[in-house]
Amino acid sequence: MGRSLKKGPFVEMHLFEKIDKLNDSGVKRPIKTWSRRSTITPEFVGHTFLVHNGKIFNSVFVTENMVGHKLGEFSPTRVFKKHGSHTAKVAK
Amino acid sequence: MPRLLGVDIPGDKRIEASLPYIYGIGPTTAKRILEQAHVNPEVRAKDLSSEQINQIIQAITASGLPIEGDLRREIQGNLKRLQAINCYRGIRHRRGLPVRGQRTSTNARTRKGPRKTVGVQRAKDGK
Repeated sequence: MGRSLKKGPFVEMHLFEKIDKLNDSGVKRPIKTWSRRSTITPEFVGHTFLVHNGKIFNSVFVTENMVGHKLGEFSPTRVFKKHGSHTAKVAK
Repeated sequence: MPRLLGVDIPGDKRIEASLPYIYGIGPTTAKRILEQAHVNPEVRAKDLSSEQINQIIQAITASGLPIEGDLRREIQGNLKRLQAINCYRGIRHRRGLPVRGQRTSTNARTRKGPRKTVGVQRAKDGK
């Protein structure tokens, strides 16, 4: 079920304050965050986020058409494994 | 075989049943459109007067629903957007795997296509 419109999109408060501060001062620097569940709002556009995937921080540059998605959608938590990859290593 | 909105050629069936041959119109929309056009849904498509056909075409355009090429383009655009922003759903579309969190250990054959058996592959120079 979708989220009630009344509440607006969910953004972690500490992240929102951080972006507010950055937008006021006009500086752009990567924001390290664990908050994968935060929705990307228009204020986020143009910032770079380092989104934790459980192990490392993946850098995500936010563009306009990412608005409405969650930060976690851009930082995959699983490694895509294929058959035969080990043989390629052996052949090398 | 009457022609509706360009390429669509519904056949010898009741219009109620032949309208869904248009991409983007299902049984429910077909019924609604016929109601708005004041056309009896039980008439065979070939027996329609040109006046009635015009009424149907008008009802379809008035509904504002994307149809045929427009709809296909819209869907393609949505897929492109997801893939361009590199989000999870876009990646799943690119890989041809299920997008909505279904299991892939078994099943998921609709997305993955026919089974490809992968045997053990060894390096050419023996072990």
